[in-house]
Amino acid sequence: MSELSKVQQKKIHPHKFTLWVALGSIIMMFAGLTSAYIVKRNQDGWQGFELPRLFWYSTFVILLSSVTVQMALRSFQEREMSRYRLMITITAGLGLLFITLQILGFMAFEAAGMKMIGRGSSPSYSFILAIGGLHAAHVLGGVIALLVMFIKAFSKRSRSYNSVPIEIVTTYWHFVDVLWIYLFIFFSWLN
Amino acid sequence: MSNEATVHVEQGAVHEVLEHHDEHHHHETFITKYVFSQDHKMIAKQFLITGTIWAIIGGLMSVLFRIQLGYPDATFPFLEDIFGHWAKGGKIQPEFYYALVTMHGTILVFFVLTAGLSGTFANLLIPLQVGARDMASPMLNMLSYWFFFLASIVMFSSLFVETGPAAGGWTVYPPLSALGDASQGSKIGMDLWLVSMALFVVSSLLGGLNYISTILNMRTKGMTMTRLPLTIWAIFFTAILGVLSFPVLFSGFILLLFDRHLGTSFYLSEIVINGKILPNEGGSAILYQHLFWFLGHPEVYIIILPTMGLVSEVMSVNARKPIFGYMAMVGSLFAIAVLAFLVWAHHMFVTGLNPFLGSIFVLLTLLIAVPSAIKVFNWLTTLWRGNIRFTPAMLFAIGFVSMFISGGLTGIFLGNSTLDLHLHDTYFVIAHFHIVMGISAFLGMFAGVYHWFPKMYGRYLNSTLGYIHFWVTLVCAYVIFWPMHYEGFAGMPRRYYDYSSWESFKNFVELNKVISFAAMLSFGAQLMFVFNFFYSIFHGRKVTTKNPWHSATLEWTTPINPGHGNWPGEIPEVHRWAYDYGKDGKDYIDQTTPVGKDESGH
Ligand code: HEM
Ligand SMILES: [Cu+2]
Repeated sequence: MSELSKVQQKKIHPHKFTLWVALGSIIMMFAGLTSAYIVKRNQDGWQGFELPRLFWYSTFVILLSSVTVQMALRSFQEREMSRYRLMITITAGLGLLFITLQILGFMAFEAAGMKMIGRGSSPSYSFILAIGGLHAAHVLGGVIALLVMFIKAFSKRSRSYNSVPIEIVTTYWHFVDVLWIYLFIFFSWLN
Repeated sequence: MSNEATVHVEQGAVHEVLEHHDEHHHHETFITKYVFSQDHKMIAKQFLITGTIWAIIGGLMSVLFRIQLGYPDATFPFLEDIFGHWAKGGKIQPEFYYALVTMHGTILVFFVLTAGLSGTFANLLIPLQVGARDMASPMLNMLSYWFFFLASIVMFSSLFVETGPAAGGWTVYPPLSALGDASQGSKIGMDLWLVSMALFVVSSLLGGLNYISTILNMRTKGMTMTRLPLTIWAIFFTAILGVLSFPVLFSGFILLLFDRHLGTSFYLSEIVINGKILPNEGGSAILYQHLFWFLGHPEVYIIILPTMGLVSEVMSVNARKPIFGYMAMVGSLFAIAVLAFLVWAHHMFVTGLNPFLGSIFVLLTLLIAVPSAIKVFNWLTTLWRGNIRFTPAMLFAIGFVSMFISGGLTGIFLGNSTLDLHLHDTYFVIAHFHIVMGISAFLGMFAGVYHWFPKMYGRYLNSTLGYIHFWVTLVCAYVIFWPMHYEGFAGMPRRYYDYSSWESFKNFVELNKVISFAAMLSFGAQLMFVFNFFYSIFHGRKVTTKNPWHSATLEWTTPINPGHGNWPGEIPEVHRWAYDYGKDGKDYIDQTTPVGKDESGH
């Protein structure tokens, strides 16, 4: 093979590297939002709140999904393709469950009288929806990526044993997991 | 292991081209070659041409609002024929005027000098100058262009909606931008603006990720970081700035969209429109300014850094001398990139910022003058006693340095908060940033286009037209923007529709006419360049040697019209830095030449 790949052998795969930079970029977005939140919190008129119970459940679900996605990766590397397919299906399902729980959580939040949108809403509450919603959108992105992996795993045309794509999705999945844990602690602590 | 495997897969397509090169085996249809191309060189051309179209539109807008500013009392019936009720009675209406300045700023800053500039030169030069067959991910690269294209379509369509495009200034500050009832330009036009900019952010992130990844991972053998041409270093820092600051802008936009459509109050508090009291409470408009300028300031460096790279390269090649202080050039790029994140509040000195905090931002802002001055010093010393070839590209590079000095000096005025209290939102600021960013970046970009046009199209741009283009542009730029400093000192505010009702600005009536005239003349010169550009693509003088400028960098070791994959054989190995000009009595030694035994070190 050309010298090109010889040079690259020692290094991290360019696509994985690209993912890490992309994660840096997502971190900046949430850093921007959470610092806006902190600034706001230190001003007059901040209204405290209590996170609904549901967010504990969603946190548990996303933690669990990190385990299953890791098992999917492991199965792929061991060429256990049927277990691999099962695991990514479960992971995607847990991802959707997480998003559903988040939406229910936002609704419970509103139902408790803390208006996030519309007349009489307070920015203190709106932040939960904006930040949490944006995070859920990132989880949705992960689910879509898993769906693509799923279709690939069933297609006859490309029998690929290249594990880079699934490694990338796994890393991303752990990332959105950790990101939610951060946000969860953030909201529970600074409310 | 898996690493090796994928690189095989990745490179498979390219290898095919190489092996069957002579037979033209690789099936390329019109669509894959010119439209959904994954070849970085074609994507560069797509960015350049889209950027050029935007530049014509954005430039034309400035001509229109300069008509209003130069001739506030005159009427031009032909304007009504073209623009209908926007120019009723042949006079540009206030709503139209605000829409024009807003779109002019948005288009030039983002669509031309960010996407058009970085998109063109990062795509063209990174693989060619680091010695790679293509970008790390050609697919993401193609997506980056098509997201930009979508953003362009949305922004363009906003020009045709009934209530007009966004009209609250290129910074779209709330509350004006958040409330549809507040102005014509805050209605659907503003939504389209936000959607377009969101797509734009995605495009620049995809592009930036790829640039960084390619520069760090895809360099050819022997191409250590310190052997990279300065163009690549500049693009590298630009991409980092973009990847870290655009997401913050994006989050600012998300909150703005919430305020517009979901009735939230992130930016809104205690507002009365037309006597109607709004329910919004508890928000802060200043919050938006922080989020905006946290991108906004790095953004100005996203615009200028690539041109600094282009200018360094063009200047060294045409002075036939190594660039002076290579490591200092890299170091100052780094320092500028770091400081760019620490100075955003200098745009907010008059927002009631805590004066102590303000003084910290003054200090950090003035610190940027140091790396900037180092760069200027190094460019001047590169020119010093060089064997200068005054090609059009070289003239533009020198013009860049002149403009950058003029505009950088006024930055030091503005960086002092006490002076800025007087100068903020006056024509002084307009003069400052047009000279240091707008004109400088355009001159740098032109230097790049004239220099690398032969690599892009295998033909030369016409030099005579190039010389005329340069001199008219340079003279007009100074005639347009220099007097604005005086207007700003006198307190003339920016973004006003008509100054004739002020007694104190009456003495600027004639001056404003001169400025408007120079603006039109300069626009004409740009049209001439556009003609030169498109004419030369098809009919320009053909390039007959691989390395027409006798340059030491890798892109000139490719065939005159390189195919997808860039080098027909193996990628050349690199043995030295990019600036061996006039060494040991040789005119230049290119990067692929091994270091000789008795060669002196550098
Ligand atoms: C010596 C370096 C510089 C200093 C100290 C400096 C300082 C400043 C300050 C304090 C302002 C705010 C003025 C106000 O709104 O009242 C400003 C505005 C601006 N500067 Fe600079 N600047 C410098 C270089 C640059 C460079 C290199 C660029 C671009 C490449 C640039 C682009 C801009 C732009 C676009 C604005 C105005 C944005 C707007 O309000 O619409 N500046 N500068
Ligand atoms: Cu700034």
